Parts: sequence; C-alpha cells; structure tokens
Amino acid sequence: MSSNAGGLAAVGAELSETIDTSQPMVKAEQVWKSFGRLDVLKGIDLEVYPQQTFVLLGPSGGGKSTLLRCINHLEKINAGRLWVAGELMGYRQKGDVLHEMRSRDVARQRSLVGMVFQRFNLFPHKTAIENVMESPIHVQHVPHKRAETEAEELLTRVGLRDKLDVYPAQLSGGQQQRVAMARALAMKPKLMLFDEPTSALDPELVGEVLDVMKDLAKGGMTMVVVTHEIGFAKEVADGVALIDGGVIVEQGPPNEVLVSPKEERTKLFLSKVLA
Amino acid sequence: MKLFGRGQERAAAAGDPAVAARPEAIKAIPIRHWGRWLSAAVVIYLVAALVFSFVKNPIVEWPVVWQYLFKWYTITGLLATLELTFVAMAVGAVGGTVLAVMRLSKNRVLSTVSWAYIWFFRGTPVYVQIILWGNIGVLYRRFYLGLPFTGLVAGSTDSGLLVNHLIVVAILALGLNEAAYAAELVRAGIISVDAGQSEAALSLGMSPPLTMRRIVLPQAMRVIIPTMGNETISMLKTTSLLAVLGGGVEMFGKLQLVYNQTFQIMPLLVVGCIWYLTVTTILTIGQYYLEAYFGKGFGQAETEAAEKRTLKREARRV
Repeated sequence: MSSNAGGLAAVGAELSETIDTSQPMVKAEQVWKSFGRLDVLKGIDLEVYPQQTFVLLGPSGGGKSTLLRCINHLEKINAGRLWVAGELMGYRQKGDVLHEMRSRDVARQRSLVGMVFQRFNLFPHKTAIENVMESPIHVQHVPHKRAETEAEELLTRVGLRDKLDVYPAQLSGGQQQRVAMARALAMKPKLMLFDEPTSALDPELVGEVLDVMKDLAKGGMTMVVVTHEIGFAKEVADGVALIDGGVIVEQGPPNEVLVSPKEERTKLFLSKVLA
Repeated sequence: MKLFGRGQERAAAAGDPAVAARPEAIKAIPIRHWGRWLSAAVVIYLVAALVFSFVKNPIVEWPVVWQYLFKWYTITGLLATLELTFVAMAVGAVGGTVLAVMRLSKNRVLSTVSWAYIWFFRGTPVYVQIILWGNIGVLYRRFYLGLPFTGLVAGSTDSGLLVNHLIVVAILALGLNEAAYAAELVRAGIISVDAGQSEAALSLGMSPPLTMRRIVLPQAMRVIIPTMGNETISMLKTTSLLAVLGGGVEMFGKLQLVYNQTFQIMPLLVVGCIWYLTVTTILTIGQYYLEAYFGKGFGQAETEAAEKRTLKREARRV
C-alpha cells in the first residue's frame, strides 16, 4: 500500500485546505431517534473536528449505525440538532421554526458526506469506473472526460488500476469495498462515514480495506467509523466512543478508552471483543 | 498492497512444484439405461401416430392451408395483429409504470385509485372487457370534452364514431387491461431492487427521481423484461379474442369471417396456428437479446467483455 499512500494523502490534503479546523465538522446535540416505540438513540452529544478520525464502538443494536445514518440524513432524527460543516442536516431554521428541506437540498447536503457501507452497495449494472463516475457526472455535472480521468486516478490510488472495466460481481469483497471508497471520494466529500466497512469481508481481505482507510486518515480526511477493529481504532483514531443502549457510555482518546476504560460497560465490551 | 495481474497469477499456478500433472481419467463401462431406450421408443411411436393422423387427415385440406397462408388478406390481418399487440403493450407498459409509481406513492388517494384500477381490470375477464368496450356506445351516447360538474363543454362527439373504429376499441380494451398487469410487474421489479442501492445513490447526493431513473429502474428492468416478454407473447394471442367484435380487426377475426362462409374451419385454424407460432418464436428470440442487455453485470460472458475493454483502455494509454 505504501506506494499509494502518497496518493490518498494528497486527496486529503487538497480537501483540508479550505476547512476551518476550529469548528466541528460533525456536531450532534441531544440527538434522539426512535423507530415506532423503540428508542434507538437517546440523547447523543458528539463533536468531531476536521481532519479527525472518530471511531464508534459498541455491541450490535446499540445505535452506532443509526447514528451514522442520521449524520447524512438517511434517517430523520426525532429530537435534538445535528450539524455537518456548520449546516443543520435536513432542516432550515428560520427564527425558532424548523422547515423540512426539499429533497434536492438534502441531496446537495449529502453530496458533501461520503458513505461506505458494510455490504458495499456498488451498482451491479455498472463497471467499477462507471460506479465512480456516476455521481460526478449526474450530480455535479462534471464533463465526462474529466470524470473519467479522475475516476481512473482514484481507482489507481486504491490499487485497482487493472480492474477499471470490470463489473462488481467479478471483484472480491475487498476490491468491491475499495471501489466503494473511490466512488464516495469522487464527490470530493468533506466528511467520510464508514458503516462497518470490513464486517462482510473474508479475514484475509480486511487488511487491504483498512490500509486505504489509514492512508485516507493520514491525508487529513475527516472520518467517522463504525467498526469492531480495535487495532484500527488504537492506531488511527483521534477519538473513540462506546455506544450502547442508545447512549454514549464513554468517550475520549483511544489510549484512554481502549487501554484504561473508566466504565464497567466498556471493560466488559473490550474483554469480549479482544477475547 | 499486493496486486496480482492476471498473467502473474497464471504463471504462479503453472510453476507451483507442489501440484502434480493431471492423472488419466477413470475408464469404466457405463450403465446401460434400457428403460430410457424403451420409453423413448414408445413415445416416438405415439407421437408419430398422432402427427400422421393429423397430417393425413383429409379435413385439414393442406392445399387450402397453403392457399390462405400467404394470401394478402391473411397477411394484412397478421400485420393488424402485430400492430395491435405492440400498441396495446405500449399503452400497457406506460400506463402500468404510472400505476406502479402511484401504487408506491405516499399519497393515499393516488395509491388507492391505482389499487382500485388494478382490482377492476384484473378481476374481470378480458373477453368480457372487450365486449364491454364494444358496447360502450350503449352506455354513453355522446362523449363530451369539458369540466365535469360545471356544465362547461368544449366539444362533443357521437360515441358511434368510436364504435365504428373497432381498432380504437381494441386498443382501449387490451391496453387498459394490460396496464393493470404491467403495474404489478413494474411494482414487483422496483421492490426487488435492494434498498441498499437507493441508500448508496442518495448518499452520493443523487436526488430521489435521479436515483429512480439511473439506479433503481435499470436494475428493476432485469426482473421486468422477462415477464414483459411473456406478457407480449400472451397479448399476441389475446388479440384473437377481438374476433368477438365481428369486424375482422385482426388476423383471427378475418379468418373466422372466411370460414363462417366457406366452412373450411380446420384449414383456416391451421393457418392461424402457423402464424401465431411463427411470431411467438421470433418474439422469444428477441426476448433473449433484451434479457442479455438488461442483465449487464450479472452474466459470465462479462469476463471476456471486461478483458476486451481493459485491452482497449491499455492501448489508449500507450
């Protein structure tokens, strides 16, 4: 991967130039989310600053993925406030009154936030390079030629230069996930969300995906990552939070939360994950 | 990051000292399936008898079959059948897509109206619907263009005009019926696309309509096309029910007009069957190619195509 590190680091650097690092990239204030009678998030407070990598840990069903999906408004929150890059997600505030945003305005907000899914969700009817070009061409109206050049660069950087014209079904899980990352990066997002990006992969393919994520983090991309890879969190994260039962049990720098946790719940979780 | 080119992988496999040369395959005397031979002989014998009894039957009157098969009278009927099939399918496909989107809409009025439409047209036989449309002039003496309930009328026409244009009645009857079936097909196709696909598209900043058009519908087509192909074949045959209208708007109606007078029922039915079989065979072949097109990214043939594109790209790079 080392040969590609410079490449992705460069992507991060060119994006971070325009970002004011004193303002949080993601800010959640008392965020509640319920599905019917089930409360999945119960008052989440969170701040992620530009160029930080923030890792969300916790047991399944604890609310980590839901929080991630609320950040790019794939789920509507029921109470609280959520900002990305200083913008309230999904709503416009006029005085004290909130107005729901029209879907095209929500789409514009989402285009600033890249997302990588557990199950990759590549478009199966499009080749790797077409997957990466789709959104720049049809959302940002980038000329075809330029979109193609940029897509080729991105796929080269994630080590898939020889797989440009291949359909997702012909790629391994690790390769698919790297295409998915290139696809999200093609929109030049300010923030990247990762929803258990390595959970659906064969163990021997996990490394290649984590390597790309590490390069991206080193390059200064702001990232919120839901994962069970404690090693990745220790090595890369600037902040870690343990979410269980819809609340943040404990948060702080990884060498505190992961090495000498204060809460019993965190200790229990770590003992199970590391066992 | 380790990157294996295709060539490297192959070279590695061939040069691996741990893998021995492939041994000779097992040679054994195969089991004799006497039962298969016997059942095949019996079936061939029976089928031959059946075909012979039909072909040699004097009632079929083969000279009359050949006489009518390529007659301009029959061919114009066949062309009308084809025209009706495709126009009715077009009405059905467009109407069906609209109904499917209405049915999936969050607007309760739209989804209920769509449900009721499908309920009526799927719940009554198409034969009855054809007769109903044929008699529409009894129900409405005049058709008015205007704003309902206000008395404002821009113009009107005698409903007899419509009834005199049987082709219009036929398209209405078959197309509106087909729309109800197509709606369910399109809806099933849209639902079959993994929800992760729309989420991925939305998270890339695509708007909901763009997501539907670029990501969901093309994948839904993979499910819709084979069934729509079946519907088209089915429609081709359903057009023969229009014979009940009596005007000879399509091939079978025209053949019926003849045999009602000449009593050459069998030969003319054979003429009809030959043409229906010919066209359904052609449609089946067309369907194969359509499926291949919309199955992009799913087939095994893709590997070769990808290799070709990669070679082309590499040539451009140099």
